[in-house]
Amino acid sequence: MVVAGGQKAGTFQVLVGKIDDVLQYAIGDPLRYLANWGRLYSLWPVHLETACCSVEVGAAAGSRFDIERFGTLEAFGSLRACDLIIVMGTVTRKLAPRLKLIYDQMAEPKWVIAMGACSITGGLYFDSYNVLRGIDDIIPVDVYVPGCPPRAEALIQGIVLLQEKIRRMPTLSGR
Amino acid sequence: MKMALESEYSPDADRIMAVSLGPQHPGAGHFRIRLWLDGDYVVKALPDAGYVHRGEEKMGEYRNYIQNVPHLERPVILDSSNILFAYSLGVDELMNSKIPPRGQYLRVIMSEINRIISHMYFIAIQGLFLGHTTMITWCMGDRDFWIDLGERIAGARVTFAYIIPGGVRNDIPDFAIEKGLKTCDWFEKRMDEYEKIFYDNPMVHQRSDGVGVLSRDDAIAFGATGTVARASGLALDVRKDEPYSSYQDFEFKTPVLTQGDSWARAYVALLDMRESVKIIRQALKGLPQGPVRLKLGPQPRVPAGEVYSRTEAARGEMSYYIVSDGSPRPYRLKIGVPSAKNLRALPHLLRNVHVADIPVIYWSLNYWPVEADR
Amino acid sequence: MKPTSKASEPATPAPPQVGASPQQAKVPSNPSSAAAPVAPNPDLDRAKDIAGRITSKYPGSKLEWVKPRRLKVSVPLGIIKDVAFFARDSLGFDHIGTVSGVDWIAKSSLEVVYFVGSTTPGQEGFVLALSESVPRDDPVVPTLIDVWRGAEYHERETHEMFGLNFQGHPDQSHLFLPEDWNDLPPLRKDYVSPGR
Repeated sequence: MVVAGGQKAGTFQVLVGKIDDVLQYAIGDPLRYLANWGRLYSLWPVHLETACCSVEVGAAAGSRFDIERFGTLEAFGSLRACDLIIVMGTVTRKLAPRLKLIYDQMAEPKWVIAMGACSITGGLYFDSYNVLRGIDDIIPVDVYVPGCPPRAEALIQGIVLLQEKIRRMPTLSGR
Repeated sequence: MKMALESEYSPDADRIMAVSLGPQHPGAGHFRIRLWLDGDYVVKALPDAGYVHRGEEKMGEYRNYIQNVPHLERPVILDSSNILFAYSLGVDELMNSKIPPRGQYLRVIMSEINRIISHMYFIAIQGLFLGHTTMITWCMGDRDFWIDLGERIAGARVTFAYIIPGGVRNDIPDFAIEKGLKTCDWFEKRMDEYEKIFYDNPMVHQRSDGVGVLSRDDAIAFGATGTVARASGLALDVRKDEPYSSYQDFEFKTPVLTQGDSWARAYVALLDMRESVKIIRQALKGLPQGPVRLKLGPQPRVPAGEVYSRTEAARGEMSYYIVSDGSPRPYRLKIGVPSAKNLRALPHLLRNVHVADIPVIYWSLNYWPVEADR
Repeated sequence: MKPTSKASEPATPAPPQVGASPQQAKVPSNPSSAAAPVAPNPDLDRAKDIAGRITSKYPGSKLEWVKPRRLKVSVPLGIIKDVAFFARDSLGFDHIGTVSGVDWIAKSSLEVVYFVGSTTPGQEGFVLALSESVPRDDPVVPTLIDVWRGAEYHERETHEMFGLNFQGHPDQSHLFLPEDWNDLPPLRKDYVSPGR
């Protein structure tokens, strides 16, 4: 036992020492790929209408554009089961704390789409006393969909961009 | 279970549970209802608006009369032409400008198209809240044909910005007239199918007959307008009462129902759309020739004065109170939106009802929070 | 050339000749006072008749302007409730349209205007505007909820936007503004939006 070949023990120790990397290459990458593949085609948005862009989300979820084709479900259910929040337009000073609260309640990993000019920069309401000039001060944004309001096709493009981002996500645990 | 009356319990009594419905809720987006419940019954409900208050009226004082056009249509994006219609009528009256007949007809066409777009959204979500998924699938799809028609005329998808002070922004292309007449023919047949599958559906009747009844006297006292008032037996229709913009040229009725419940409020919307189709067809066929707008320039000079203009929007009476002091910008711009006028009826209707009836009653008021908050 | 294409430019006061076009030169400078059409107008006559009934019953009240189907009457302090009851019970104006405030900062007064419609057959197209002016430093007016119940939320909104106090109003908490708003009421003229 004691006289085991140094060369042999060294290889074994190296293998044991790098077990993380080995597992990462052998299981982790396929697992990550599998998990992310599952995530990106079952995005479940929180139903938080913040302003008028929600009409275009309704149109996109309707039978003509049908965003379910792209793997985004209807916006129903508990927000604790959701992993996507589409901020549909203007966020006012009254809604901002609620938006943060809703974001904090969602389970990781979670993504944010800022839809419409108002949620990106304040848009037309740049000089209003009650409107936030962009939501990225309070929650991190993954995809910006510009427009006032963005067409349903633009929202679909935003979702496809987000799916691309999820596919390339380097870790299993999210951010 | 015995129904609890509000007088029997104080809101802080032990068996009363306070629940907040919204602002994140499928049934009440950007709006919150504070509820006090006794078991399954609502003892008291208070609306909490203001999640989309964007200060339109203050912004209106910083912009001139033409610059006000784009931001004024955002509050009611489903019905964007009608909110600008009232504004344009007000500014026209202040400037004493006479709109050319073709412009007046085009305003009517666009206003009625938008009424249909708005009502389609309304009955789609009403179907959704009743668990009637067919209605949302059909209506959201069919609504896009009308949006396409509006896009062919105005160039934008939902924010048309078509009706502006002085007339309409551009003339209607010929192919849009053809398409409009075809859409009207198709839609009239389609509405029969809506009646069969939704309004005559026993499930829909059970869920919404006698739910949230607003009596005629209450409708008067609360200042209800539009579909809510007409479902309660009040024949209020600004298009008939003070015909603006050549509405006197068209033949149409004001549908009035007397039940005053959620079903009637949803059904009035369908009857409204039937009349709208008639108006659009008459206007497209009898479209006069001539210019569509007056040349106003980018910064029109509006004489000093006050005006209270109103139109019949999809949800009811849309009114503007514009005070001009002769400067390029309005001194005061008050937007009187129908949703805010109907809001007072909500806490009245949400008393001694089942929790499950809240979404039905809430949405049957045709309440659009973005519009009410401005 | 289209007006909307210019809408994105910053709002700078332009010289008077920019917006002037030929047909605007014919516009009388004050259409509200010069409203005297040659043809008989039954709507205008009826509006004048309604105005006459109010002003003759309440001598302090003043007819501000009258147009076909529209009239605005301003009443002195203290009697607006009586006038409102009279308008509702005797004139048939039973349907509240909206309530607005106007901040006349130059005159140092706040005006509150009630727009009242009617459901009486034949009179649905008429809108009566009842107004009352109060000093800016002590803006207290009586509430008209007893007259038109629907005025409740409109008055609440006017309270938060203009700082007008409606005496007897059951709940004057914020309706549209955030709960923690601690600035001037935003629609007052001396409040400047942060973006400006």
